[in-house]
Amino acid sequence: MAFVIAILMLALVGLVLLVVGAPLRRARRVGGSRLVTGARAQRDDAAASPPAHTLDELEAAREAKYREIRDAELDFRTGKLSREDYQAIDAGLRAEAIEILDSLEAMSPGDSLEPPGASDA
Amino acid sequence: MAGLGFACLVLALVVCAYGIGASLYGVRRGRVEFSESGRRSVYALAGVLTVAMIVLEVAFLRNDFAFNTVADTSSRTTPALYRAAAVWSSQEGSLLLWAWLMSLWSSLALFLTRKRLRDVAAYATAIMLGFGGFFVALMVFYANPFATTNPAPPEGVGLDPLLRFPTMIIHPPMLYSGYTLCTIPLAFGMGALLARRVDADWIKAIRRFAFAAWLFLGAGILLGALWSYSELGWGGYWGWDAVENASLMPWLTGTAFLHSLMIQEKRGMLKVWNVSLALATGTLAIMGTFLVRSGILDSIHAFGGHTLGVPFVCLIAALIGGSIYLVVSRRDMLRSEHRLDSWLSRESIFLANNVVLVGLCFVIFWGTYFPLISEAVTGQEASVGPPWFDRYTVPLALILVLLSGVGPVIAWRRATLANARRNFVVPIVCALLVLLALLIAGVTQKPLAAAMFCCAGFVFGSIGQEFFRGTRARRAMAGEAAPLALLALVRRNRRRYGGYIVHIGIAVLFIGVAASSSFEHASQLGLSPGQSTRVGAYTVRYVRPTATITPKYDEAHTGSTLSLGALLDVTEHGRHVATLNPSEGFYASQEASQGTVGSLIGGQPVSHVAMDASLTRNVWTAIEPDIETPALKRIVTVGNSTLPPEDALVAIAYLARAYLKHPPQAQFNFLVSPLVFWIWIGGLISFGGGLIALWPAPSVVRRRVAARSRARALRGLARA
Amino acid sequence: MNPSRKRTVRLVVALSAAVVLASALIYTSFSAASPALTPSQLVREAQPGRSYQLTGTVVNGSVHREGAVLDFSVEDRVGGTAIPLAYTGIVPDPFREGREVIVTVEKQGTRFIGERNSLITKCPSKYKTAPPSENQNS
Repeated sequence: MAFVIAILMLALVGLVLLVVGAPLRRARRVGGSRLVTGARAQRDDAAASPPAHTLDELEAAREAKYREIRDAELDFRTGKLSREDYQAIDAGLRAEAIEILDSLEAMSPGDSLEPPGASDA
Repeated sequence: MAGLGFACLVLALVVCAYGIGASLYGVRRGRVEFSESGRRSVYALAGVLTVAMIVLEVAFLRNDFAFNTVADTSSRTTPALYRAAAVWSSQEGSLLLWAWLMSLWSSLALFLTRKRLRDVAAYATAIMLGFGGFFVALMVFYANPFATTNPAPPEGVGLDPLLRFPTMIIHPPMLYSGYTLCTIPLAFGMGALLARRVDADWIKAIRRFAFAAWLFLGAGILLGALWSYSELGWGGYWGWDAVENASLMPWLTGTAFLHSLMIQEKRGMLKVWNVSLALATGTLAIMGTFLVRSGILDSIHAFGGHTLGVPFVCLIAALIGGSIYLVVSRRDMLRSEHRLDSWLSRESIFLANNVVLVGLCFVIFWGTYFPLISEAVTGQEASVGPPWFDRYTVPLALILVLLSGVGPVIAWRRATLANARRNFVVPIVCALLVLLALLIAGVTQKPLAAAMFCCAGFVFGSIGQEFFRGTRARRAMAGEAAPLALLALVRRNRRRYGGYIVHIGIAVLFIGVAASSSFEHASQLGLSPGQSTRVGAYTVRYVRPTATITPKYDEAHTGSTLSLGALLDVTEHGRHVATLNPSEGFYASQEASQGTVGSLIGGQPVSHVAMDASLTRNVWTAIEPDIETPALKRIVTVGNSTLPPEDALVAIAYLARAYLKHPPQAQFNFLVSPLVFWIWIGGLISFGGGLIALWPAPSVVRRRVAARSRARALRGLARA
Repeated sequence: MNPSRKRTVRLVVALSAAVVLASALIYTSFSAASPALTPSQLVREAQPGRSYQLTGTVVNGSVHREGAVLDFSVEDRVGGTAIPLAYTGIVPDPFREGREVIVTVEKQGTRFIGERNSLITKCPSKYKTAPPSENQNS
C-alpha cells in the first residue's frame, strides 16, 4: 500500500514540475528570457508622470465609452433626458470616443479596420 | 491513504512558496517565463488540492475511521449524502475546502486574464498563493485533516444531527465560494497598486469576479437563513449572530463596490474609494472566516478552538496594514480624472448608495465586534442585542430601498430636471396607492413596516416604468411585438435591466422581512392530547402523539434512533388548513456512561419543525416532547441494567409505546408569520437578475456592436 | 467661493455629519449593551433592574421544567458559584447539562429571571469523550 502511495506521489510531483516548469523550459529553448521592457519602462514612468496608456487600457476605455454612448441613447429614449441635453451629452461622448480611437490608431496603425461583414444596421 | 493526503498538503505548501517567489522575481526582473511559471503554480496548486480533497472524500464515503476527522464527524449510520458533506463539518476539513475553492477560483481568474494585466496578475498571483499557502500551512502545522489514529476505532461519532439537513450540504460550499471569490478583487487590487496600474483594464478584469463573489456570498447567506428558519427550533431566519453578521459585512461592501465600479468605468472617478472597497471586502471576508474558526466571539456558530486565533490576527493585521500603506503611497496615481457633472445624475445616486451601504457595514461591524471593543475600552466585556441592531439597520435599509427606486429614473451624467420630475409621478403614485391599501386594511400600526411597503411600491413603480418605456422605445425602433421587444431590450442591455431585476428582488425580499418581523403571532405553551390553542387567526389542536424507532423508519431520513412527535390539526374559522407533524429526533451517542439503552438516544437531540408554507403566511411549529418523565426514565434505567447490548433496541421500542399510551404534556412553539415565502422568492429573483447582469454577450454580438458604435462615433464627428 | 473651496466645504460638512452620527451610534452602544459576566461575577455585581449576559456551564442535575418555565443553574466554567434561574422561551436543541450557555438575565428581588428567548447554547465541536492525552476544544 505504501508503495502504491509513493508511486502516486512521485507521479503527482512529476506532473507539477512539468506544468510549472514548462515556461522556463520554453524560454531556455528559445534562447534567453524575453524581457518585457514595456512593463519596466512603464513602472519607471509612473512615478514621474500620469500612468502610460497601454493598449489594453485604451481598449477597455473604448468599450466603456461605447457603453456610455448607448446608455445615453437609452436614457433619452426612456424619457430621462430632453432632446437638447441628450444631443449635448451625445456630442461630448462621441468626441471623447474619437480621442480614444485616435490614440488606439496611433499605437497600432491598421488595427482599427472594420471587422469583415460588419455593417451599420 | 492519509499519507498521500498529507503529502499533497506538503507539496501544496512547496508549490505556494515557489509560486510566490517565481511571480515576484518574474515581475521585478521583467522575466515573463517566471511570471508564467508562477501563474501555472496556481493551476498546480488547484490540482494538488483536488487530489487531497478526493482522498478525504473517499475516506468519508468508505467509512475509514482511521482518519480522525472521519471518526469525529461521521459514522456508519450517517446517511451517505451527509457523509460526503461531513468533510467540511470539521475544522480541518473546512480549512481544506477553503484552500481548495481558493485555488480553483484563483486558477479561473488567472486563466481568464492570462493575456492581459501581466504585471498586475503577477503580483496578484503572489498574493493569492500567499492566502492559499496560509491555509495550507494552518493544516500542515495546526489542524491536519489527514491525522490518523492507530488502531482505527470501529465506529465513528456520527455527523452532528443539527447538520443533517439538505441546506447544510450546500451552504458551506456556497459561502466559502463567496469568501474566496472576495479575495480575488483584493489580490488584483493590491496587484494593481503594486504594479501602479489602477485603470479601466483592471476594473474590466475583476468586475466579473466581484459580481460572482457577490452572487455566491448572497446565496450562501440566504441559504444559511433558510436553514435556520426551516430546520432550527427557534423559527427565525436572522438573529444578528456574530457569524451571520461576519458574512453580511463583505457582502455589503461588495455591493457598494459593484456600484462604484461603474462610476470609475464611466468617469474615471473614485479610484481610491474603489480600490479601498476591494481591499476592505477581501479583508472582511478573511475576518469572517476567522470569526467562525476561532471562537473569539460568543456565537452559536463558534466552533473550533482558540489555537487558530493568533495566525489569523497576524494575517488580518498584515492585510489592513498593507492595504493602508499601498493606498497612501500610490495616492498620486489614484487621482480622479473628472468630477461629478451634476448632483442630479445616476452617479450621485450611486454615491449615496455607497454611503448608506458602508454606513450599514459600519453599524454591523461595531455591534458585532462590540464585546472586544468594550473589553478593550472599559475592561468589561459587554454585548449588544438584536434590538440595537434593528434600531440602526432598519432606517438605513429603508433609505437603501428608496434609493434603488430613485436611481432608475435619473439619467447618467446629467439628468434633465423637468424630465426627472415628470418621471417620479408614476413611482410616487404607486407608493401612495400602497399607503392607501395599508390604511384601508388597517395595517398601519407598525409604521416601519408600512414605510418599507411604501418604499417597495415606489421601487416597483419606478422599475416597472423603466421596463415599459424601454420596451416602447425598442418597439418604436425595431417594430417588434411587445414580448420580443422586451426580450431584446434585456438581452441588449443586460447590465441595466439585470440590475433592475436585482433591485426588484431586493424590494420583494424586504417586503417579506418587514411583514414577517412586524406581524408575527407567536405562542409558546404546553399541550396534552386533545387540547387546543389559538395562534393569530388559527386554532391548533393536539390530536395525538407520534413515534418512530430505528433509523430505517426515521421520516426525516437523518438516522435517528427514536423520534417522538405530535399530530396537530390546524383550522381557521372551523375550516381545516393543515395537518402538522413536528417531532424531536434522538440520536445515538458514544458515551458509555449513559448505559447501553441510554446511549442509543443520548446524543444531541434535534427538533424537526413542521411548517405549512404558503405565499401568504407560514404556520410554523416545533415540539419539545418530555422524555424525562419518571416513567420513561425508569424504562431506560431498567433496560440499562437488565438487557444485553444487542437487545437494547427493545427498550427503545418499549419507551416509544409507553410514550404513545400515556403521552406527557409537551412544550410547543407556534409561529404564524406572514409573507416569509417572499424572502426566498425575492432572493431567487435577485439571483436571476444578477446572472443576467453578469452574463457576457456572445463575442459575435460584441464585435458587431463595437463596429457599429465605432461607425456611429465617426459619423457623429462628420456631422459636427 | 471658487469650486475647489466649495468642494472642500462640502467634504468637511459630509465628514462632520458622519462623525456626529457615528458618535451617536457609539454612545448608545455603550449604554444599551449588557455586560457579560460569569456566575461568580454576577453574584457580586448584579444590580436589580439591569440586564446581564450570563455565561457559564449548566450544572448537572439542575434542569427542571415546570410548565412553560425551565429552571436550571449556571456555574463558572471552572466550577464554583452556581446561580439558579428561571427561564421562559425557546430552548435551543443543543441545550443540556454540562453544556456552555449564554443567557440574558435580570435580577428581580433575590431571583434571577432569564429574558425570553435569549438562551444560546454553544455547539460543541466534539461529542467524543477524549482520551486524557488530547486537549478538549471549547
